[in-house]
Amino acid sequence: MEALEQVKSRIEAAVPGVKIDIVQNPGPANQPSLLIDNEHAPAIAQFLRDDPALRFDFCSNVTGVDWLDRTVKKTVKVKKSIDGEEKEVTETTEEHFPGYLEAVYHLYSMTQKHGPVVIRMRTPNRADGARLPSLTPIWRSAELQEREIFDLYGIRFEGHPDLRRILMWDEFVDHPMRKDYREPDDYEYEPTPHDDVLERTKQHYPARPQLDGAEEITATDLH
Amino acid sequence: MSDIDEGLRKELQRQGVWVTSMQELYNWGRKNSIWPLQFGLACCAIEMIATAASRYDIARFGGEVFRPSPRQADLMIVAGTVTKKMAPQIVRLYNQMPDPKYVISMGACAISGGPFKQGYNVLKGIDRYIPVDVYIPGCPPRPEALLHAFMELQRKIDSQRLTGANKAEHLDPAEPSEFPVPSFGEHDLEPPANREVFQPPKIERS
Amino acid sequence: MNVALEGEIVRRLKPVFGYLHRNHEKIGENATYLSSMPYTDRLDYFCSMTNNWAYALSVEKLAGIEVPERAEYLRVILAELTRLQNHASLLGFLLNDMGAWGTPLMYAFREREKILDLFESLSGSRMMCDYMRFGGCRCDTPPGWMEYARKLVDAFPRFIEELEKLVVGNEVVIARTQNVGKLSAELAINAGITGPMLRACGVNYDLRKVDGYGFYPRFKFRIPLGEHGDTYDRLMMRVLEMRESVVILKQAFEQIQDGPIMNPKVKIRAFRPPVGEAYGRIEAPKGELGFYLISDGGTNPYRYRVRPPSFINLTVLEDLNLNPHPY
Repeated sequence: MEALEQVKSRIEAAVPGVKIDIVQNPGPANQPSLLIDNEHAPAIAQFLRDDPALRFDFCSNVTGVDWLDRTVKKTVKVKKSIDGEEKEVTETTEEHFPGYLEAVYHLYSMTQKHGPVVIRMRTPNRADGARLPSLTPIWRSAELQEREIFDLYGIRFEGHPDLRRILMWDEFVDHPMRKDYREPDDYEYEPTPHDDVLERTKQHYPARPQLDGAEEITATDLH
Repeated sequence: MSDIDEGLRKELQRQGVWVTSMQELYNWGRKNSIWPLQFGLACCAIEMIATAASRYDIARFGGEVFRPSPRQADLMIVAGTVTKKMAPQIVRLYNQMPDPKYVISMGACAISGGPFKQGYNVLKGIDRYIPVDVYIPGCPPRPEALLHAFMELQRKIDSQRLTGANKAEHLDPAEPSEFPVPSFGEHDLEPPANREVFQPPKIERS
Repeated sequence: MNVALEGEIVRRLKPVFGYLHRNHEKIGENATYLSSMPYTDRLDYFCSMTNNWAYALSVEKLAGIEVPERAEYLRVILAELTRLQNHASLLGFLLNDMGAWGTPLMYAFREREKILDLFESLSGSRMMCDYMRFGGCRCDTPPGWMEYARKLVDAFPRFIEELEKLVVGNEVVIARTQNVGKLSAELAINAGITGPMLRACGVNYDLRKVDGYGFYPRFKFRIPLGEHGDTYDRLMMRVLEMRESVVILKQAFEQIQDGPIMNPKVKIRAFRPPVGEAYGRIEAPKGELGFYLISDGGTNPYRYRVRPPSFINLTVLEDLNLNPHPY
């Protein structure tokens, strides 16, 4: 298969006005992906599927990713002259990255037996009902998976033939796979190895002075 | 459970007279022809099939007649994870079964949610909505464990009384035989548990 | 399923999902990499070994881990044994649903129990093996395991022949499966159908050959292909694949050597893969099983996605039912 840069330039040649970035993947898997702009996504997908050299006719995996708002703190030492005297001052700058929802498509070619090419689309924000174009008209395998993303992440796919909730019931209002989703608290006390469950069940019962060991497992700071 | 004097019964047996009581005969018939409701929910269902299949052969205990209709079933084996989306259907099936009816809660998921307890769509135990007779732990329980549960249930049926003050629940018209079906709410099932059925032990954290 | 019928003819059909939605992905994102392994057993509970492998493969891709040779062979052996018992049970269930109540299932489960005995003596559990680890396998085979497995595999073709004799020429089976549920190759590819269902349409796409993961390139085996894409072809795919699995297993028993089964460099407990993402997939008995993992450098995956084969294969359920029925 061609390198991803070549694929990118071929798309740019074929679909006018398109904007594509390559998202690097620093891990050992070394599988960079193409970030395509939402407006031209169906045209790009069509090209990827129908181009005789690429022929990505098999869209294997479609999934959503929720990226929360991030604030990155940077501490920089700067030399400043205060009252004519040179001093080293540490300055903390805060950079705010707004969160977004992302849909990731893994494409393979069954006729050419190559792949994968990973394409991703991003919503402008994490608002409920953020929109992305549906690629189901190009690959039908995305039909159920886009419905799943709509159900669990709340991305609205425009042009999807049958966009309803799929895994949860229709009356449900939340999007449970989002990182900030809190599930209903309906636990009763029981010793359990799940730290998170334990923390919550503790709230229902007053603390016991003598610990029997099960409670001593505490949730560790994850990152 | 016999109300007949054992010595008298032995004596009569020696004479070639076999004595039993109505209750014994009735329970003997019931416990050896338990018809389970044929439905499976998850992994445990496969072990349930294995129990019914060639090696473990639940037919030895009279339980091989899996009925696809709740109207003909005596026993509900809740085999597998009960999701919140599935729970109303389970309660409805239970309500459609005729009395006397029994429930085996098979596997960790049906007991308490098991490994999936944290899941937002997982009901944390079927005993929140319907009464359960036998619980079998395991993930999944081995077929032998299901057979054990089956024998426990037979023991229970054998000990049920038909008359008197402490007669079996299903003979008491005051005992409910149907339970309210939960409805789908915006965040969870409503109600999240039937408090008349579900009374978890208050663990005193002294 | 929501079905609109006209007599016995299906006019519209909408499958309804979510009755066994157990929140694997959410739980996987809140659990460490190692503690997700037992959860993968319960994805497709007939094939815990292949689920383990798919997950282990994805984590190995994510972190760049090598697997020792013996572990790779063991994985192939266990995956093929899984395929044997899955396909055998599937045939049993199919016939069960067609009205041959009980008997074929009894035959299938008799063989399945023998394979489950092997799994149990190896891993301690019949169904939920939790056997593979990223970087190898959990424990080596107990003494005598290979001999027992070899005997079982040698005797397996007899069972396949027996089952085939019962099924393949059976009038009822032929009448009820041939020309039923036809699927064209174009639709199958476009709808992301994988596994035996795809190959029954005549598309030669088997990840064991295409990706060549594990040690599959070292074995000589054929990929059976169907012609018509109907239910009968799908049924026959299973029979033929069982035969090929036996061929692979026999070669694997010949080639496997003693050696370590775990990469000693991998610390599976406090496991922190580098930042990045990976998509690993294998040919599970039901189709392509993939895991998509995004790591942010922590002990938990940031995103843990399972690409289930059967869920996506159901995309075409309506099309299969709408096709003109032969009667």
